[in-house]
Amino acid sequence: MCCSFAQLCLKGTLIFKLISVSESIKPMFRRISQVITLVIALFAFNLSAIAAPDGKAIFQSNCAACHNPIKDATGPALQGVDKRAPSKEWIYKWIHNSSAVIASGDKYANDLYNKWGKTNMTAFPNLSTEEIDAVIKYVDDFKAPSATPAAGASTAAAEPQKDNSWLYTVITVILLALAGILWRVNSGLRRVANEKDNVPNEKEIPFWRNKVVIAMVAILLFILTGYWIVNGAINMGRQQNYQPEQPIFYSHKVHAGINQVNCLYCHAGAEKSRQAMIPSSNVCMNCHKQINEYTGEAEHPLYTAEGKKVDGTAEIQKLYKYAGWDPVAKQYIRDEKGNIKATPIKWTKIHNLPDHVYFNHSQHVAVGKVQCQRCHGPIQEMDEVYQFAPLSMGWCINCHRQTQVQFTNNNYYSIFEKYHEELKSGKRTGVTVDDIGGTECQRCHY
Amino acid sequence: MSQKQYWKGLEELHNTDAHKEVVDNEFKEQLPFDVSDSLLEATTPRRDFLKYLGFSTVAATLAASCEMPVRKAIPYAIKPEEIVPGVPNYYASTFVDGGEYCAVVIKTRDGRPIKLEGNERSSITQGSTSARVQAAVLNLYDKARLRQPYAEGKEATFEAIDRRVKEALSSSGQPAYILTSSILSPTTKDVIAQFIAKYPTAKHVVYDPISYSGMLLANEASYGKRALPSYHFDKAQTIVSLGADFLGTWLSPIEFSKQYSQGRKVSAKNMNMSKHYQVEANHTISGAAADHRATCKPSEMGAIAVALYNAVANGTAPALSSKNLNDLVTKAAADLKKGNGIVVSGSNDVNIQTVVNAINSAIGANGTTINWAVNSNYKQGIDADMVALTEAMNAGQVGALFIQDVNPVYDFYNGKKFAEGLAKVPVTVSFADRMDETAQKCKFVVPDHNFLESWGDAEPKTGYYSLMQPGIAPLFKTRAFQDSLLTWAGATTSYGDYWKQYWMTKLGGQENFDKALQDGVVEPAGAMPMGGGSFTGNVAGAIANIQAKKAPGGMELVVYEKVSIGRGGVWSNNPWLQEMPDPITKATWDNYACVSPKKAKELDAELTSITEVVNKKRVIKVKANGYEVMLPVVVVPGMHNDVVAVALGYGRDAKVGRAAASGTDKFGKEIGGKNAYPFVSYNGQTVDYSAAVVIEKTENKYEVAITQTHHSYEGRAIIHEYTLDEFKKDPNHLRKERGEEMEHYSHLAWAHKPGEHAEPTEKNEAEVMVTPEMEKGFRENGTLYPNYEHPGIHWGMSIDLSTCIGCGACVIACQAENNVSVVGKTHVLKSQEMHWLRIDRYFSGMPDDPDTIQTVFQPMLCQHCDNAPCENVCPVSATNHSSEGINQMAYNRCIGTKYCANNCPYKVRHFNWMDWNGADCFDDNLYEDGRRDDMNDDLTRMVLNPDVTVRSRGVMEKCSFCVQRLQDAKLIAKKEGRPLKDGEARTACQQACASDCIIFGNVNDPNSAIAKVRNDEQKERVFYVLEQIHTLPNINYLSKVRNSDMVVAGDAKLDEMMNEHI
Repeated sequence: MCCSFAQLCLKGTLIFKLISVSESIKPMFRRISQVITLVIALFAFNLSAIAAPDGKAIFQSNCAACHNPIKDATGPALQGVDKRAPSKEWIYKWIHNSSAVIASGDKYANDLYNKWGKTNMTAFPNLSTEEIDAVIKYVDDFKAPSATPAAGASTAAAEPQKDNSWLYTVITVILLALAGILWRVNSGLRRVANEKDNVPNEKEIPFWRNKVVIAMVAILLFILTGYWIVNGAINMGRQQNYQPEQPIFYSHKVHAGINQVNCLYCHAGAEKSRQAMIPSSNVCMNCHKQINEYTGEAEHPLYTAEGKKVDGTAEIQKLYKYAGWDPVAKQYIRDEKGNIKATPIKWTKIHNLPDHVYFNHSQHVAVGKVQCQRCHGPIQEMDEVYQFAPLSMGWCINCHRQTQVQFTNNNYYSIFEKYHEELKSGKRTGVTVDDIGGTECQRCHY
Repeated sequence: MSQKQYWKGLEELHNTDAHKEVVDNEFKEQLPFDVSDSLLEATTPRRDFLKYLGFSTVAATLAASCEMPVRKAIPYAIKPEEIVPGVPNYYASTFVDGGEYCAVVIKTRDGRPIKLEGNERSSITQGSTSARVQAAVLNLYDKARLRQPYAEGKEATFEAIDRRVKEALSSSGQPAYILTSSILSPTTKDVIAQFIAKYPTAKHVVYDPISYSGMLLANEASYGKRALPSYHFDKAQTIVSLGADFLGTWLSPIEFSKQYSQGRKVSAKNMNMSKHYQVEANHTISGAAADHRATCKPSEMGAIAVALYNAVANGTAPALSSKNLNDLVTKAAADLKKGNGIVVSGSNDVNIQTVVNAINSAIGANGTTINWAVNSNYKQGIDADMVALTEAMNAGQVGALFIQDVNPVYDFYNGKKFAEGLAKVPVTVSFADRMDETAQKCKFVVPDHNFLESWGDAEPKTGYYSLMQPGIAPLFKTRAFQDSLLTWAGATTSYGDYWKQYWMTKLGGQENFDKALQDGVVEPAGAMPMGGGSFTGNVAGAIANIQAKKAPGGMELVVYEKVSIGRGGVWSNNPWLQEMPDPITKATWDNYACVSPKKAKELDAELTSITEVVNKKRVIKVKANGYEVMLPVVVVPGMHNDVVAVALGYGRDAKVGRAAASGTDKFGKEIGGKNAYPFVSYNGQTVDYSAAVVIEKTENKYEVAITQTHHSYEGRAIIHEYTLDEFKKDPNHLRKERGEEMEHYSHLAWAHKPGEHAEPTEKNEAEVMVTPEMEKGFRENGTLYPNYEHPGIHWGMSIDLSTCIGCGACVIACQAENNVSVVGKTHVLKSQEMHWLRIDRYFSGMPDDPDTIQTVFQPMLCQHCDNAPCENVCPVSATNHSSEGINQMAYNRCIGTKYCANNCPYKVRHFNWMDWNGADCFDDNLYEDGRRDDMNDDLTRMVLNPDVTVRSRGVMEKCSFCVQRLQDAKLIAKKEGRPLKDGEARTACQQACASDCIIFGNVNDPNSAIAKVRNDEQKERVFYVLEQIHTLPNINYLSKVRNSDMVVAGDAKLDEMMNEHI
């Protein structure tokens, strides 16, 4: 008897242990899922990394606004350009300064110029020949994306996480039930033992009138409500996963994902200004003067978050209405003064920061070289945009604590002599945003 | 110097019981709602407590449960190429206000002007601004502006008015008159000429409410041209001003402040300093800056000019009414004779100006400090023309009258007669932007654009041009004045086209035109040509005329322009300017009768009575020139004992705007001051701004919101002042003083690592001077708190008390840049003004003797202490320190305990007692008092700087070193991948300052201007306010050096009083 009691006690602590352990299970599972994600992502990355590590990035930031690897856009499709152009040297010259090549009377160049509407290609004198080679390699190896590997990775990572939390709840409930049963068995057995030893049994009090239980429950409730209220208050005004319906079903997946339009082509402010800038409709019309129907229906049919089918072509027509474009006559509708009759599109704002927060896109994009996806999530996968990050202060601060600034690359930071010395002497491995004051109040609040 | 005692007001000097109480209670402010005193004594305090608890919980829940609103993000339909949302654009333009000129750069954000800065390409204003220029952007968003044209008080269209005006012009037998202020614009003059060509009987009359006719006529008599010369205060070694407030209001104060400061930048290396003599009746900022100041009655000014002339020309000893005047004239004459002198006079009397011209001619000023080769065009009005026009109107000889930029019904000496005449003119048109006093009496009102909406130009000096380009399309249905005239003259081109054509032709081609537009100014290359003039005036006649004039006995009145409000005009309705404390009186929102302390005693309005400390001031009746008004008395030390001074620009009609309106408000309180223009008189040749006056004491009282003794330092020494001689004798005096204070810390044994020296080197006590090592020792060892590191940038500011003239441009610049709230008179009365930057004004000397009063200005803002007392006491760490040396204030973290304000020795923190700007999420919570309410209007809110948080009720705020500008400058440098350049990051106050007294930069950079000032150029004059309490401010001041031999220490009685006070 004594032995079984001891065992029960042991089990009791075990249950407590289990309960306390279960608090740490969640992050553990998360870590596991993160590892899985990382492995898959690394795998996916490797696949493309073998192909063209730099080429893709260079292509997207410089060329993608006008070129697609496999489709004609503002400029011609680039796949196989090295085979059809006169020579590699010609391509370098052309990219460095196309107008000079045209001016030199080069026949191929002039034909190209005339064929593509007599518009000069922007010159990229800064691109090295290696970089251009990388771009050519990238476009040559490019395959039309069906379902990108990155998407697979994220869904694969998301599913086990859901299952785990459900499993964890079931286990907890079962364990709790088990604890209850064992507790009843324990007290029952003790009664029987007492009766046997002629020890008078205490009057049995039902557990809902047990003072210890009531006290425990009260404390638990207090803690839980407290947690709930505090959490609720902290989360007030936060809108993570906010995914409103927009006046035009504009799919970032179609534009940035499938068609590889560079983010900065439309959101030009991200490099220059506080605001990333929603493009005005005339920017849309740069491409949509030509593209007047959605042709991706087969590979990528469009659905709203609620699962309603969306007609891509009809959405383009909506744009024409806003932009003041007559799709039949293929020209702008103008008023008597010659102004285009365009009306602004009233998008619903998704990422809202409180008024007392100053956030500057250009600081992050141009100086910090932060990728858009870091805060906006897999935007190239979103048909309808939702708020990926919580945009909470903790989230900002965390990143500022962990992120290293471009300390040695940017001469601005040369004034931090002390840090440079420490880096040299090996005292310090890097300088985070936090180290240069990036978590101080008046970096964001003024 | 330390023996000198400074006081902000007489109550502080005399330290009355009432003042002590006010100082003691500085932070005991009443809750903004009524709580019964008996709350805790009540029989059921528990219930009351629960009531309040319940209310606040419900309120908090309601506020908290606000659902997140759905916000819209609306991009441009077609984005203009030059606009990047979120990035400001700058347009060079020109500020013109009735002949006052300033070249400016308009800062626009997303298409709306939010700030004006000086244009550094102009050789005339050189990037300087004034308080009014800084505040001008608010006028654009003035709610009182007219939104369409009016005919007979009813809304009308331009076409209808054009038709009727044209008909009247062609049918009337009487000539039409165009009445304008001084016009600087050459194209506008052309347009007027075109109009006159079309209607040959038409005439153009120029009228300046603040007249310079006396000067123009005297110059015509003396030099043969009715013009004003260019003044060069920067080249002057001796400056004598006879009643001209050339730093505040006279002619072109922005230009003169800049020039003046050149001669005032004294350092141990450059001991050369101009000497400034000032004679005046009231106390102006020029008088405060002067090295030697004397007061006189306004009627005596002629005699003084004559005495100075005689002293200069013949060496005659002066015999004036006071010893100090004689002294001043003798010394000034001696200095003037040394050459490089300049004499200016604020008088509008032809005779006085002729004598002044004679003096300038005698001392050889023409061609050295007064330039006749380049004329100033600021003022062109001749009083007699305006008087003749008024007569003609009354005689029915005027067919039509077009009134541009002037408001004679309000600001003409005989506004009543002008109004009567106006009724007799068949067609009257006003181009005013609001229903001002004259527009109300005109048949048609065709509102002109604001200058920020206009194309235009200016020729402030002959050959020096400045172009005006708009920063925004016209907000309302307004039309350029020039367009109206062109339409009525039957021209087919618009003014815009005409203007462009004019400049394209003049500049020769598109490229030059574009460059000129971008630069904002078109000026001849090289230094300004200098030229003299030969004086041919009749001095003897002028002197005879002056001597023939009988001086009235008894009290005299002067009406003067305030630095903030000026002539009135649209400025009266500018809440920023209304709330800007007057540099000398520190009063806001009103005008009043300034009298000397001695006179106040006679009026029974002195200390022990009701004037000081208590906001309620005794009201007196001021009678002059057959006009009388009741005005409260404000005691101003440094006023002549027999002079009353009343400011212009108040007493406006309700339709001028809510901030300007005078009369009684909805609570039955009297507001808005009184009109002082009817005190002006006409002497047959020019108008006169002074008069004999009778004042009578009444039993009425009136509250005046004065900030002078808010934020008391309770007698702690915070200013260091030297005469030039003292400074020359011992430039290191201040360093020694500071050294004595600090040496105890610099060689503490534990302050050094083992092996380093621990013993103080034996030195003569007197030779201990502050050194950088000593400062370092003091910084590290003077406190138990850890020392902050500044690994990258360490911001610092230096303010030169010698060059600061107290003009207040920085105050308004700060307000415009940082969305500082206007709180209204009621709250200024409660010391709750919000200005992040204030200018403390200290008097020293004997209050009863105005000639001994010396005045010092000290701009006071958050000192960004590296060991800040406010930071330690904040329970939520809402205010803390940055690694760049900024004392940061996180509004969203502040819970409003106000401990920080209590603990700030500089008293620079301001608490938002009310929802001034609609930043709360509660509706209908805005504070309204009737006069400041337009600040909350959606139109006016367009002036807010989108880079700065609009603070809501319940949070503390203070100077942030314009952190948004610093962050911006850093970001630009980072994007370009280079270190921050010195001078790239500038604070708003620094940029606005006309006299360059603020230097700002990175102290860690040894090549920065701020580091050089502190460690090299000005190290002898550097001091920190209240340095001894180890707050380690990041703002240093440079001691005031006055080129004066007069040491104004109080007499025995005064010293005793001051000792007692300390």
